[in-house]
Amino acid sequence: MAALTSVGETPAPAEAAGQRGMHGRRRRRLNIFRYVVFTLFGAFFLLPLLAMARFSLEGAKLGTWSVTAWKQIASYQGTGVPPLLSSIEITLELAVITCVVTLALLVPTMIWVRLRVQWLARPMEFLSLLPLTIPAIVLVVGLGPIYNRIQHYELSALMLFWVYVILALPFAYRALAAGLSAIDVETLSEAARSLGASWFTVMFRVIAPNMRQGILNALLLTWALVLGEFTIAFLLLYNNLQAELYSISRNTPNAGVIFSTSTAALLFAFVLLLILSYAGRRRRGRG
Amino acid sequence: MAVAATTQTGARASRPGRRLSVPAWVGTVPFLAYVAVFLLWPTAIVVVDSLKNPNGAWAFANITKLGDPLVRGYFIGSFKLCLLSSVFGAVFGAILAYAVASGNPDGLIRRLYLAISGVLAQFGGVTLAFAFLVLIGPVGLLFHASWFYSFPWGITLIYTYFQIPLMVLVFLPAIDGVKVQWREASENLGASAWQYWRYVGGPLLAPAFLGGTLLLFANALSAFATIQAWENQIAYIVPQQISTALSSEVGLSNVNVADLLALGMVIMVAIVMTGYALLQRRAARWLR
Repeated sequence: MAALTSVGETPAPAEAAGQRGMHGRRRRRLNIFRYVVFTLFGAFFLLPLLAMARFSLEGAKLGTWSVTAWKQIASYQGTGVPPLLSSIEITLELAVITCVVTLALLVPTMIWVRLRVQWLARPMEFLSLLPLTIPAIVLVVGLGPIYNRIQHYELSALMLFWVYVILALPFAYRALAAGLSAIDVETLSEAARSLGASWFTVMFRVIAPNMRQGILNALLLTWALVLGEFTIAFLLLYNNLQAELYSISRNTPNAGVIFSTSTAALLFAFVLLLILSYAGRRRRGRG
Repeated sequence: MAVAATTQTGARASRPGRRLSVPAWVGTVPFLAYVAVFLLWPTAIVVVDSLKNPNGAWAFANITKLGDPLVRGYFIGSFKLCLLSSVFGAVFGAILAYAVASGNPDGLIRRLYLAISGVLAQFGGVTLAFAFLVLIGPVGLLFHASWFYSFPWGITLIYTYFQIPLMVLVFLPAIDGVKVQWREASENLGASAWQYWRYVGGPLLAPAFLGGTLLLFANALSAFATIQAWENQIAYIVPQQISTALSSEVGLSNVNVADLLALGMVIMVAIVMTGYALLQRRAARWLR
């Protein structure tokens, strides 16, 4: 539900240099208000993250510093759970598979609906946004029987991607729809068709490359979602990264490794965000 | 798979000479089939099973069990937590959004806060509970809050952490839509700042604010990871109880409890999201 506005798209700044006509005294008061607000909220947002980062660098004795917990990420083996590294691997693999399947499912269908079956546009939007209103935990309850059936054939945690695609659907759809609505699909497709292009060429060599930014947004949102997923993996008894961190914290409270891994995952998310805003800015510069 | 199917249709449609012509909507079948199997079918299973006995016979009387004092307790817990965290999140989020919106629209602070909001709104889950645990938990680095493990206040604070950024994301466009001219007009007519907010700005933003609050409510309702990592011994809210019911399903008797609770959640979210959609439509009247 979170990324109704996807990370990269800045809501349109409507009022350029807004309160230009404002009286000086009110302007000053407003500025004081703003900086007080920014400081307080900044502290509220930063403190837990800093505490986590600090705790991940805690030595054996309280108040000392050490990087043991960070070194442990590669080798940690909790009791009764698979090695930490294997669940990191599985989560990354899941993220890749989910991204590929989501895009393979959505991109051609969305372009196709836009080009040829416009009466399906509204139902498709409805279906794509529907997972927002069905809590993941409800999905698990209903999926239990279906997954039991799949597990007869294959026990790997990678099978989680089937549901993750559903979870990612609303976010990916929003991002792709924004990308699709930013280009003039009719003109492009008519031009390509009248030059003799097949529908395949129109979709994958004309339109898809033009919605690169939307595809990138969808990719990163899906990626972030899979890395943070806990509910479904935990309840279907699979060990992805979050479920693994959870069970380590149950068995060994305050194990340094859970904080270093969490901090690493968060840093990773920020790096993704940087990539996103960099790509976004380049587009703005060009256009 | 999806790619193959759509392109096939495309290729055929492009050669009108072919005998076999496939209607264009066939290209959407892979998508529709996927959604049907992994979204619609599970939801249907929940609805149908919640109205059945464990032995498979129809039992519409099940629905009255939602009023059972024990079951009701979980829904009240959920309601308390969602209400508190969405109200706090909405109020503080709106304040922050106003502070962000009144600055330079291309400024660093705006970009920074939007980017951070984008990440933190998603940053619920196990990790968030850990972060607050080391900040103000029993071994807290900042201080030890004695109410850290009290329901609903301790967990409300943690929820607020991801609710505020979400409110910023959904409320900022509404604040951006308020035109400076309206403020200038009311000032020219002699309105004080309070009068402006009471008669112009407030009523304009009220639907968007309430809509945002409802969205936060639904967001908190479906959250599970954070509270589970915060405290897993006691079930306070519906998702926790569903989890308990699922994992203790040795006998078949409990399966339908999970279905029933899930049905209750679907109903709750449906009500909230309908309200959100209506308010959103109302808010859009002025702000476009």
